[in-house]
Amino acid sequence: MALVEATEVSKHFRTRRGLVGDAGVVRAVDGVSFAIEGGQTLGVVGESGCGKTTTAKLVLGLEQPTGGDIRFEGRDLRALDRAGRRHYRKSVQAVFQDPYASLNPRMRIAAIIAEPLLVGEQLTAGEVRKRVLHLLDLVGLPGRSADLFPHEFSGGQRQRIAIARALASSPKLVVLDEPVSALDVSIRAQILNLLRDLQAQLGLSYLFIAHDLAAVAHMSHTIVVMYLGKVVEIGDAETIVRAPKHPYTAALFSAALPSSPDERREEIVLPGEVPSPLRPPPGCHFHPRCPHVMESCRRQAPALTKVESRLVACHLYSGANGG
Amino acid sequence: MTMRSEAVSSEVITAQAIREPSRFEFMRLADFPLVPVLILVGFAVIAIFASVLAPHDPEVGKLVARFRPPAWQHGGSMEYLLGTDHLGRDVLSRLMFGARISLVVGFTAVIVAGAIGTVLGIVSGYLGGWVDQVIMRITDTWLALPALTFAIFLAAIVGPSEMNIVIILGAVYWTRYARVIRGEVLSLKEREFVRLAIVAGLSKSKIMTRHILPNVINSAIVLGTLMLGVVIVTEAALSFLGIGVPPPKPAWGLMLSDGKRGLMVGYWWLTVLPGSCIVLMVLSANLLGDWLRVKLDPQLRQL
Amino acid sequence: MSPRALLELEALSTHYVSARGTRVVRAVEDVSLRVEAGETLGIVGESGSGKTTLALTILRLLPPAARITSGRLMFEGEDLLKKSEAEMRRVRGKRIAMILQDPMASLNPLFTIGDQVAEPIRVHEGASRGAAWKRAGELLKAVRIPSPQTRLHQYPHEMSGGMRQRIVGAIAISCEPRLLIADEPTTSLDLTIQAQYLNLLRELQRAHGLALIFITHNLGIVAKMCDQLAVMYAGRVVEAGPVRQVFRAPVHPYTRALLNSIPRMSDKSQRLTAIEGQPPDLAALPPGCAFGPRCPSVFDRCRKTEPPAFVHEGGLARCWLASAGDTISGVA
Repeated sequence: MALVEATEVSKHFRTRRGLVGDAGVVRAVDGVSFAIEGGQTLGVVGESGCGKTTTAKLVLGLEQPTGGDIRFEGRDLRALDRAGRRHYRKSVQAVFQDPYASLNPRMRIAAIIAEPLLVGEQLTAGEVRKRVLHLLDLVGLPGRSADLFPHEFSGGQRQRIAIARALASSPKLVVLDEPVSALDVSIRAQILNLLRDLQAQLGLSYLFIAHDLAAVAHMSHTIVVMYLGKVVEIGDAETIVRAPKHPYTAALFSAALPSSPDERREEIVLPGEVPSPLRPPPGCHFHPRCPHVMESCRRQAPALTKVESRLVACHLYSGANGG
Repeated sequence: MTMRSEAVSSEVITAQAIREPSRFEFMRLADFPLVPVLILVGFAVIAIFASVLAPHDPEVGKLVARFRPPAWQHGGSMEYLLGTDHLGRDVLSRLMFGARISLVVGFTAVIVAGAIGTVLGIVSGYLGGWVDQVIMRITDTWLALPALTFAIFLAAIVGPSEMNIVIILGAVYWTRYARVIRGEVLSLKEREFVRLAIVAGLSKSKIMTRHILPNVINSAIVLGTLMLGVVIVTEAALSFLGIGVPPPKPAWGLMLSDGKRGLMVGYWWLTVLPGSCIVLMVLSANLLGDWLRVKLDPQLRQL
Repeated sequence: MSPRALLELEALSTHYVSARGTRVVRAVEDVSLRVEAGETLGIVGESGSGKTTLALTILRLLPPAARITSGRLMFEGEDLLKKSEAEMRRVRGKRIAMILQDPMASLNPLFTIGDQVAEPIRVHEGASRGAAWKRAGELLKAVRIPSPQTRLHQYPHEMSGGMRQRIVGAIAISCEPRLLIADEPTTSLDLTIQAQYLNLLRELQRAHGLALIFITHNLGIVAKMCDQLAVMYAGRVVEAGPVRQVFRAPVHPYTRALLNSIPRMSDKSQRLTAIEGQPPDLAALPPGCAFGPRCPSVFDRCRKTEPPAFVHEGGLARCWLASAGDTISGVA
């Protein structure tokens, strides 16, 4: 049984433009399914409007799904009682992108890190302090940091504090939403290494969202590729990176910047813009930009089909056209 | 302002010592309001030590000594440095005790208004939904009423007394806080450390006390200093109209009202002196509030 | 004697001085670079490396607190530092153009696209409104904006981010500049849009014989687009040279660490090399080499004396480890 299982999850937002404008529906997340295994990292990639941030919010319980269900340790999130909810909050934590906005500027580090411990079991002040020092050590910060304020730390150090805080309640899953994008390049490696070490040490699962494809590929065991609210490809990270099947995945990875001038890469440059989530194209959302578009793509949205141990939502593989 | 490159020699730059700013550096800032602060501190000192400093009893006078002019005028004496009023009471002593009234009423009213307004602002801003709607509609209605008229109305109902005035002023002015604080809370709500607190499982009330409140306190304080001037003037106005602090207490507004009768016959000290005190105190409070607003606003901060 | 370069910086330094002279920030220190016509140079650095200040220095767009304290800035044989503000205005936009990171901030929300693209043409070439708008339409076509004639009458908020960035590009090339400086032009763009945009820049470069300077923290852009590379740290150029050479055989430990700290998609098991420590405080640099405190190969001399730039095989490295070559800058 996977730690987190999302089945056909949808999140639709209602919009209204102006007083007399037509009401629209933004299908931020539309029938998405994935699973996060214990001790593993699920990486989510996609461009703006693909729904990865909303997915993170759904997993964190910051938003409620309008369709489908999310199960944690087998239990539906919406059916949890108070104790169940409390257990969930302890088990799922988050690290966000902006290290400057993630820490309350008026609280000391010790109070910030210990905050998740306020919920639930009552620990003595001594036990809390011990745990805070232990967490600081885990993330590689000196013990005296506990009594300082956030503004005395750099971006990379703040992110470490955010990680320490996320680990305070001994969670099973940490949602990482662009954890290193706001950091300097030389600091990113430090944090990514730290995250990997912590995963190995503590058996954590990660939901890793980033627009840096190489970072996601580096950290993830499984990768989900999203486009306009739908999953287009999902499978083992290495396989997808080596040989992407969905045309969008292929274009995305070819657009990723090379890590050296000698890297030959087949350049697939997509025409057009990323469509607005308010007006997704009919049928397969990707068809207007797809280099392999066929008749069926315009008419019918492809379902996820199993292709060589991964799932791809594309008519090229779904057998509908014998392709 | 020219963008022309100035060939400043490197020696000039490196030769300048790089010194650590001292702890009192902030006082040397061009815009630290030294005079207003001194004035306010002066008033505070006088107010606290009025019983010791005042030469006479402010509430009891000798009728035989009525309408004495200030010491430097013909007919004045050193006994009554700033003259006496229509009941023979020493103006200087009354001014000193009046400072106490103004400051006490002013501060207390500001704190009462601040407490009510800040709490309602936080609750309204953070919880949103119908709570927000209800509180905001009340605030709107309240704000639509002219403050002074409303205060008069309330004072007429509950009757004049120092305590009542504080309550009335608090009741009239909390709305300014609620509006401003609510606005701040709305943007604070979206900050990531609040989201993380939700993710950590904290209850709404814990989040409001631990995270929202400390981050709006600064604004509440700044607003408080700005409101201080307004509150003091309102109190003076109410006293002037006879429905504020009741006689024989030496509220400055009351002194102004009593002194009206002396204007036509040249007893200028009965109105000009209390009036000047009001102006000085309110102006100083405003200047201090302005400076604090700039100093505490992290975006405008130059330090 | 090498042919005259399009742009040549010689020992350029820009310092920020605080209002009361208590703090001096050496944002750019002793920088020497060459850009040939039609070439692409990538200037790589993290925050605080001085790369944006360098870009602003070239265009003389520094804020009042900054002073260019030494050096020469030669563009097409003329020293830009000796020009008056009026003369610089004739250079900016016409001979040297700049693209910034946030396209929404670069475009005025109150004016139509047509007005904004036509503006430099009218200012620099005195063209009439009609003629300038016609050119604007052609420029939009050159940057691959669909239905350019309609777009001319639209406003920036009606466009997507990628399109806005192209319009900014169109404005930049409108007067056929010889040099285009792009400061993090793709950071706000989606990956596939970024790919389109970079391809467009390359096409424009070939079509117009443009020299490009890319200012970025992203080594991937440099690997894809640039011929030459300069790595900046704490205001100094610590390594420079042809892109392939620097990537294959970096000399300076910072460059080496930077290259090793970037995750490569092809190699999942790779443990990233992290650079210890924090970026330097430009107002309080340590004595000797600025990278010393974080350098894995630091030795005594590094802590005492700042290394000069040593030349080697068409590149340079500001590191004592490279001292087998000749110095080009007399600063020691």
